[in-house]
Amino acid sequence: MTTPATPAAPATPAAPALPAAFDRVSFDRLLADQHAGRAAPAWVIDQRRAAFDRLESLSLPDRRDENWMRTDIRLFKPKAWGPRHAPRSDAMVPTGLLAECLAGGRSTGDSFFDDGAQAAGGSTPLAGRLLSLDGHVLHEELDPALAARGVLFGSADRLLADHADLFQRHWFSVIDSRCDWFAALHAAFHSASTVLYVPPGVKIDEPLHVLSGLGEGGVDTAHVLVVLGDGAEATVLTETAGGGGSGSTTGSGFHCGGTEIVVGRNAFLRMVNLQNWSMGVWHFARQKAVIHEQGRLQWTLGALGSRLSQVAQDVALVGRGASAQVNGVMFTEGRQQLVYNTLQHHEAAGCRSDLLYKGGLQDRSRLVWRGMIKVDKAAQKTDGYQRNDNLMLSREARADSIPGLEIEADDVRCTHGATSGRVDEEQIFYAQARGLSADEAARLVVAGFFQQVFDRITILPVREALARAIGSRIRRLS
Amino acid sequence: MTAPGQEKLVISGLHAAVDGQEILKGVDLEIGRGEIHALMGPNGSGKSTLGYCIMGHPSYEVTAGSIELVEADGTRHDLLAMEPDQRARAGVFLAFQRPMSIPGVRLADFLRHAVTNVRNPDRKEGQELMPMRDFRSELKAKMADLSIDTEFARRYVNDGFSGGEMKRAEILQLAMLRPKFAILDETDSGLDADAVRLASQSIARIGGAEMGILIITHHEQLLEHNIPLRTHVMLGGRIVESGGPELAAELHKRGYERIRAAYPEAAAAERSLQDAATSNAPHPVTA
Ligand SMILES: Nc1ncnc2c1ncn2[C@@H]1O[C@H](COP(=O)(O)OP(=O)(O)OP(=O)(O)O)[C@@H](O)[C@H]1O
Ligand SMILES: [Mg+2]
Repeated sequence: MTTPATPAAPATPAAPALPAAFDRVSFDRLLADQHAGRAAPAWVIDQRRAAFDRLESLSLPDRRDENWMRTDIRLFKPKAWGPRHAPRSDAMVPTGLLAECLAGGRSTGDSFFDDGAQAAGGSTPLAGRLLSLDGHVLHEELDPALAARGVLFGSADRLLADHADLFQRHWFSVIDSRCDWFAALHAAFHSASTVLYVPPGVKIDEPLHVLSGLGEGGVDTAHVLVVLGDGAEATVLTETAGGGGSGSTTGSGFHCGGTEIVVGRNAFLRMVNLQNWSMGVWHFARQKAVIHEQGRLQWTLGALGSRLSQVAQDVALVGRGASAQVNGVMFTEGRQQLVYNTLQHHEAAGCRSDLLYKGGLQDRSRLVWRGMIKVDKAAQKTDGYQRNDNLMLSREARADSIPGLEIEADDVRCTHGATSGRVDEEQIFYAQARGLSADEAARLVVAGFFQQVFDRITILPVREALARAIGSRIRRLS
Repeated sequence: MTAPGQEKLVISGLHAAVDGQEILKGVDLEIGRGEIHALMGPNGSGKSTLGYCIMGHPSYEVTAGSIELVEADGTRHDLLAMEPDQRARAGVFLAFQRPMSIPGVRLADFLRHAVTNVRNPDRKEGQELMPMRDFRSELKAKMADLSIDTEFARRYVNDGFSGGEMKRAEILQLAMLRPKFAILDETDSGLDADAVRLASQSIARIGGAEMGILIITHHEQLLEHNIPLRTHVMLGGRIVESGGPELAAELHKRGYERIRAAYPEAAAAERSLQDAATSNAPHPVTA
């Protein structure tokens, strides 16, 4: 389902015959636009220039790099992609999976245990919303009551200029933008980026929603920076949707993004990244959170789409007593290939990190998780956990789980686990014996497999969106 | 023999094999609605296999014979042509000797799907489930009847259940689904003495006059409130003898020596099955 794009900018001249690449010409044009438009501050421009220089010195990562060993990007043609100076006039804004669940439409009170107390079918009110297409912000809004309390949310182009004091020290300093070609590209060419700042002590009850859409063959380089002041609380839901199908051999969409999160002392952030691109999209993302003393982060990744994903998800616990819960829900099919490198870095004492990734794989898809818990010498009394469970729904699918520990402190508790299994035919038969069709039984068993991670996600529409999407994709097991 | 004009489950000349190994060697059995039959027999004689064949377990290949539901007007339905879920929707129920656990799926949700399908046999996946309000009040009432705590419905299907809890959950499902024919495979095993008595009473209450029940058991207690019309003895994959309640008492007290002596052919089949089972048991891992 799609809706026509609201005309964002006045019609731009017809696209050049050759699509732009991520080269000097495009970069200069981007800087010129930035100067002409809202006059990006010098520090933002400088950061871009440094990243562009770095980009020019790098080539595509190859398999000698440990992080890229299991990622097959031979069909990725860097020259085929470049910034889109405006969304294609015929581009449609895709409907987000989360957006749909947030808008309601399906009863959520349909559980045996709520005794009907929960209102059914209502929409979830939002504290703020940002919508972009092909790297251009189409719409942004924030609850005025929150704006009055000092909350900043919306397009980075608009907010960075006026609030350097709040954003400058974090902007591209949380993630490493020099480590590889994609990281540098993102840092040089980011656009339609979103920033959120929640002042100390301010608690936002309703979620903020960011939807990045792609048209067929579109390009998205959005960056997200979230900064929570001490004692602040917020829920941020980001999702991606659109792009073209898997028909094209070179790909029908390109995302190269980054997410930076700063959780202040005693602050609490619930962060969700739902990747639901069409099956032809290349997805490269680098995401990192830094959590200060007693801060808490519940971070959920959902991954359903893209032809290939390479994601780095890092959590750094830098203040005593900080904690992070990391949830991953992946479902792959066709020839999708999703690769995750996660790091739980314990830099301070008495911190907790708990990662659970669950994957379901059908057809000939492939899922890779490589996890690392790193405990610095100073991080005594660390409690670290990582686990990856995969459910294989076909014989041709392949999953790799590679947990890792690197521990320099001596008084720690760190454990890891990984399982890979198939749906048990005996379970299916048992359910069939109770009147469930084989397909219905299979879907129930798979839903049950994910339930353990859904139980940890405390945001109902997110759970529902994921459960619904996964349920609709499971085909009869062979 | 069942009376004419009575709905019945009819099994005739049933042969079944697992992995090419024949286990059932010609089973004949007729159960009318409202009747209780007991099925006894030594370990490995094929009782559970019969239950699985009736329900349609994919590992058990029926090589000869038939299993049919016969309506009061004589219309016959071939169960062997149906998927297990179609059999359930046709009114057949199997309480498993070893129920499967389904982690992550709450018993309440599982049962709501089951009840909806069994009561609307033509329901397709995705169509409305039974209204939660009705389902909730019915399930709560049935749980109260069986002295099962409501919280139990929140737990994942058989996941981490004790042996006794599993069997009670099977009886709960029987009570909710109210089939025409039920095979209860050792529903008494794993239950303590009080629980067996309660189970016996519950089954009698649930069954009433409308259900045909085949009780597979090694004991007598479950039969206390469910007096079997006939007791059948299985040996070596065949029902070799049928009798009244006194037969169950005899087998329980004296074991199967008399039976083995009286039916040497079935006893020989039993031995060869055991040999096959032991020679197959530890599958060597080969590349
Ligand atoms: N799935 C199977 N794979 C291999 N052998 C099987 C299988 N199911 C049953 N058998 C064999 O078939 C024979 C009959 O088994 P079955 O479970 O029907 O016995 P039973 O009468 O129910 O015994 P018990 O009283 O111990 O429950 C046994 O020798 C058993 O090992
Ligand atoms: Mg048995």
